[in-house]
Amino acid sequence: MWDNPEFVLEVVIGGLLSGIMYSLVALGFVLIFKASGVFNFAQGTMVLFAALTFVGLIERGLPIWMAFVIAVVVMILLAVAVERLMLRSLVNQEQIILFMATIGLAFFLDGFGQLVWGGDVHPLDIGIPKAPLIIGGVLVNEFDLVAAIVAGSLVAALALFFQRTAIGRALRAVADDHQAAQSVGIPLPTIWVIVWSVAGVVGLVAGIMWGSNLGVQFSLSLVALKALPVLMLGGFTSVPGAIVGGLIVGVGEKLAEVFWGPAFGGAIEDWFAYALALVFLLFRPQGLFGERIIERV
Amino acid sequence: MLYREVGQFKASYAADQAIFPIRQDRWLMLGALAVAYFVIPATGSEYWLLTIMVPFLVYALAALGLNLLTGYAGQVSLGTGGFMAVGAFATYKLTTVFPGLNIVLALVLAGIIAALVGVLFGFPSLRIKGFYLAVATLASQFFLIWMFNKFPWFYNYSASGVISAPPRALFGQIYVTGAEADPRAKYLFVLTVVVLLALAAKGLVRGRIGRAWMAIRDMDVAAEIIGIRPLRTKLLAFALSSFYCGIAGAMWAFIYTSAVEASAFEIDRSFQILFMIIIGGLGSILGSFLGAGFIVLLPIFLDNAPRLAGLELPVNLVTNLQTMIFGALIIFFLIIEPNGLARLWVIGKEKLRLWPFPH
Amino acid sequence: MRRIGEPILTADQITLAFGGITALNGISIEIRRHEILAIIGPNGAGKTSMLNVINGFYHPQAGTITWKGETRRRMRPYHAAAAGISRTFQNVALFRGMTTLDNVMTGRLLRMHRNFLWQAIYSGPAEQEELAHRAYAERIIDFLEIQAIRKTPVGRLPYGLQKRVELGRALAMEPELLLLDEPMAGMNVEEKEDMCRFILDINDEFGTTIALIEHDMGVVMDISDRVVVLDYGRKIADGPPDEVRASPEVIAAYLGEPHQREDHAAPQHTAAAQRG
Repeated sequence: MWDNPEFVLEVVIGGLLSGIMYSLVALGFVLIFKASGVFNFAQGTMVLFAALTFVGLIERGLPIWMAFVIAVVVMILLAVAVERLMLRSLVNQEQIILFMATIGLAFFLDGFGQLVWGGDVHPLDIGIPKAPLIIGGVLVNEFDLVAAIVAGSLVAALALFFQRTAIGRALRAVADDHQAAQSVGIPLPTIWVIVWSVAGVVGLVAGIMWGSNLGVQFSLSLVALKALPVLMLGGFTSVPGAIVGGLIVGVGEKLAEVFWGPAFGGAIEDWFAYALALVFLLFRPQGLFGERIIERV
Repeated sequence: MLYREVGQFKASYAADQAIFPIRQDRWLMLGALAVAYFVIPATGSEYWLLTIMVPFLVYALAALGLNLLTGYAGQVSLGTGGFMAVGAFATYKLTTVFPGLNIVLALVLAGIIAALVGVLFGFPSLRIKGFYLAVATLASQFFLIWMFNKFPWFYNYSASGVISAPPRALFGQIYVTGAEADPRAKYLFVLTVVVLLALAAKGLVRGRIGRAWMAIRDMDVAAEIIGIRPLRTKLLAFALSSFYCGIAGAMWAFIYTSAVEASAFEIDRSFQILFMIIIGGLGSILGSFLGAGFIVLLPIFLDNAPRLAGLELPVNLVTNLQTMIFGALIIFFLIIEPNGLARLWVIGKEKLRLWPFPH
Repeated sequence: MRRIGEPILTADQITLAFGGITALNGISIEIRRHEILAIIGPNGAGKTSMLNVINGFYHPQAGTITWKGETRRRMRPYHAAAAGISRTFQNVALFRGMTTLDNVMTGRLLRMHRNFLWQAIYSGPAEQEELAHRAYAERIIDFLEIQAIRKTPVGRLPYGLQKRVELGRALAMEPELLLLDEPMAGMNVEEKEDMCRFILDINDEFGTTIALIEHDMGVVMDISDRVVVLDYGRKIADGPPDEVRASPEVIAAYLGEPHQREDHAAPQHTAAAQRG
């Protein structure tokens, strides 16, 4: 095992790169959870839906940039629809109810996406090079590298957006306390539309990346299930948590599969991420960076 | 007028705490049981019994189990499918390793095994709460299904990974599993099991255990100062809930489908059962049944509706529409009545009390 | 006429700190059997923290608690409950999904033991136990005059009634020491009088020792046998109400030091303190 350090390094780097992808999806969750307190189970389906729209438009002959813009617009419209039809009517309900509603949303988007764009696998190629590279003696997939750079930049941009801009400040205010934010004049519905739109765009980028790798198909929505352990690890309310959590899960999964997988008969990736997150949670029940839930009596 | 309770005074605490304190409710329940035991087996077709009533009852049992854990004790669990799988595979191993074992005993033992597994996966609930716990239960869900797929010992090394129910009879002659089983025998067996377990569940939630669970659900910090031991209470909830789900899974494998593989109990199943208790009503025994009925009947309705309306639609379209309608209905329901069908039922009864007066 | 007896609970040199803030600084308090002790002090003085330490919610960094002869540093809340200490909370910690009756019945949980198999069958030993405890809960409901709302989900009750239900739940535990955290907060004059009556009756009839945190000085002077005053985590007075009222440290804590310039004397504070 350890006598081949380049191999280990490759596995680790591969894990880091795939981890960034998980982070991207997890980021969508975190944004929505922070700002509206909703655990958006439909995030994965949004990734799929966005990717389907994008690839569907390309298949109909539109140039890539136009397809992207239109897909972004579609996700914004989706955010508006979700806010008006769903969030507004469920404003004071408990989290579990909102969570169930997002599952309903996931089903709906699933059926709708397949209705409009068809249920086949749509291969997606937007020109990202897929050649293997050798950097410093280590084998790295060029595609993974590009994906990681894209995801990393998006994450950095979002982090800056949150911390530096006025809207970012408003989002943080809403995440902290809905009522207090309203009382200083922050319009909740607008904020929610913004957040869901951003999550939708994040989902679109994630969908394009994953889709270029695997083809755009139903199993893309299952990517969301991978993001959940990332959230557990990093904390549901933390942007850096989503990043760090994604990296840990990505690396952990790859290492476990390579070194322990054979002992278990393989395919432990199915549940390893969850087991890892579970162990972490036992020591920090709110995740690495999550907010400590302090109950005052 | 129909539902007046006038004159029905409760002269003792026992009367006040009866399951059905109002006479009309008692008659309604007895009537429903009579219909279930006598009318349906006599008049129901094989299709009706085996593809509607039996799955409805099996689902209701699983929903009941989940409701104990999530609705009463407040521990959100997405691992229901996994525990059903434990029950199914445990029953399979028990009946194949001990061919002489009575089927009822096999079910009970499988339930106990599922309960123990439930306790094991319930330990994190002491430290982890809310959605973090829900996601943690996914760990158990994925792990269990992976395990049942991965280790051939569980399915007796068959090539397909499918376990099929060996025929078993009650009282030596009445087959309830396997090819010779009469649909009516299957139905009555499942019905009896579910009725008994529902009664037991009602007993549990009426008394000190139900109260302890609800206290933990509502405010577990305050529950501690009452003297409730959180770990014991939560683990008991996991154990009993898994017991119910395990038996439901066993009956699924042995009576409903006769042959099953681990993938029948994947995360979709867990979500399906969670839907049932949300739509039916969290923290309500009746709600578990109503939710199960709704979710079992809905696809059948959606399947047949286009035909009834005279439309011929391609299968793909229908499937996608069904998924969309299903999702939209869930959201719709949650908006209209987040407390579920059980609450609508209670509201309906209140309106009946006043009928024909509007308020 | 009840006789105030030996100390039943002694808190010795309790120090409690959260991060940089010292909530309790070497406080020693004793609570004597059958007495009504009032704990007062400005906001942030550490009163609720004191109760939380006695109860086992907070674990002090230093100091011990001796309860009925047993000394410990750390108490778990359910040990406190089992040992005969029950309490109410500032923010009413009732179980909102349950009715008044059910909430009071949860107070009986410590004394209900039938295992889950009997519970599942229900008829028989479990039912006997249930009915016996129901009878006791109903006596408490009678005592607190909340019969009319016994089947109402507590989430729907007005604040004053919720506080009464919470008191009922605490009583259902048959405590030897009852800790009340601002039991009169948010009540009007009538409700306060009712509450005072209940507290005095509980102390009289059941002999329960009561420690309460209260801001209403009128109530404090009226019903308490002894008053402990906390300020910034320290005990600054301990004695009968009249003595404490006249103590200069207490006056300084509540009203502040007199200013150099006479025209800045604060008449409104004095009036408020006297009104209670």
